[in-house]
Amino acid sequence: MEAAAGGRRAYSIIVPTYNERLNVAIIVYLIFKHLPDVNFEIIIVDDGSPDGTQDIVKQLQQVYGEDRILLRARPRKLGLGTAYLHGLKHASGEFVVIMDADLSHHPKYLPSFIRKQKETGADVVTGTRYVKNGGVHGWNLMRKLTSRGANVLAQTLLQPGASDLTGSFRLYKRDVLEDLISSCVSKGYVFQMEMIVRATRKGYHIEEVPITFVDRVFGISKLGGSEIVEYLKGLVYLLLTT
Amino acid sequence: MFCFLILIPFFFYDRKTPHSQMKHVFKIVAILVAISAIWIALLETSTVPRSYTWLLPIYLVVVLGCYGLFMVGFGLMFFPTCPQEAILLQQDIVEAKEFLAKKGVDVGSE
Repeated sequence: MEAAAGGRRAYSIIVPTYNERLNVAIIVYLIFKHLPDVNFEIIIVDDGSPDGTQDIVKQLQQVYGEDRILLRARPRKLGLGTAYLHGLKHASGEFVVIMDADLSHHPKYLPSFIRKQKETGADVVTGTRYVKNGGVHGWNLMRKLTSRGANVLAQTLLQPGASDLTGSFRLYKRDVLEDLISSCVSKGYVFQMEMIVRATRKGYHIEEVPITFVDRVFGISKLGGSEIVEYLKGLVYLLLTT
Repeated sequence: MFCFLILIPFFFYDRKTPHSQMKHVFKIVAILVAISAIWIALLETSTVPRSYTWLLPIYLVVVLGCYGLFMVGFGLMFFPTCPQEAILLQQDIVEAKEFLAKKGVDVGSE
């Protein structure tokens, strides 16, 4: 099943980075460790990190091969939605996985995403933290309260068809991701919510797998009043347009 | 007349959207209008004493609030946490650094 160098891959894993010098090395190691028999490629979309993330990626290419790790850099920070689009342009896989580089998404869950997709033929497999065997580490009470409140509000008003709306660890069929990105306009993590709500409304088949989420950078501009306002605006926007 | 109220949301029905579905906000408006219609009907026919009927919307708001609080509280009480995952991740990081350092990847400094 292994394709020749430069051939099409089954899975493309898109990892947007900004100043993730150390994390990107660890995540690449862990992806290769947990997907030993899978025909995949990793696409790193780096937004001009000043910390030398791209140098590390080049060193990783020497270890794992330039055909398995693709560096598709952009000159500066240009936003998450366009980062996915940029990565997608260079992706050869039939399926595309999107994950964060900060190690809050652990690559050990990748096999369960792939298995779930194969078993159900789903268009989207989304990682959820809020079910049995899932979970979050590193959140204080306030953060948990906000998260639960936001979730109850969204589940009641939007009926979004997924239990974890703002998580971004997901596997998509390639054309489904293309379709969704082109119809989503939000920024930040409202973007993640818009993606999954639109997927539900468009009638795509969505499945969930439990994931754990270890938040190691809590406290650094993670959730302030302005994020809550952005979230509420996003909710109203989705109510009116989906 | 009350039947007319129920029909209002369907005037907003958007035929042009693909998959021919109502915007979600209109589903909510439809539910609210239906509830209002029932309420007004109760007020008009006076099957229940009027003084009770007048209070029904307040009860409804209170019930909704309780539902929200209960759901949030329930979610908080049974919030799934995974402290062991943080420890496992630290082990993975050490393992990855060792392997990559041997392969000549510069993971020494932050």
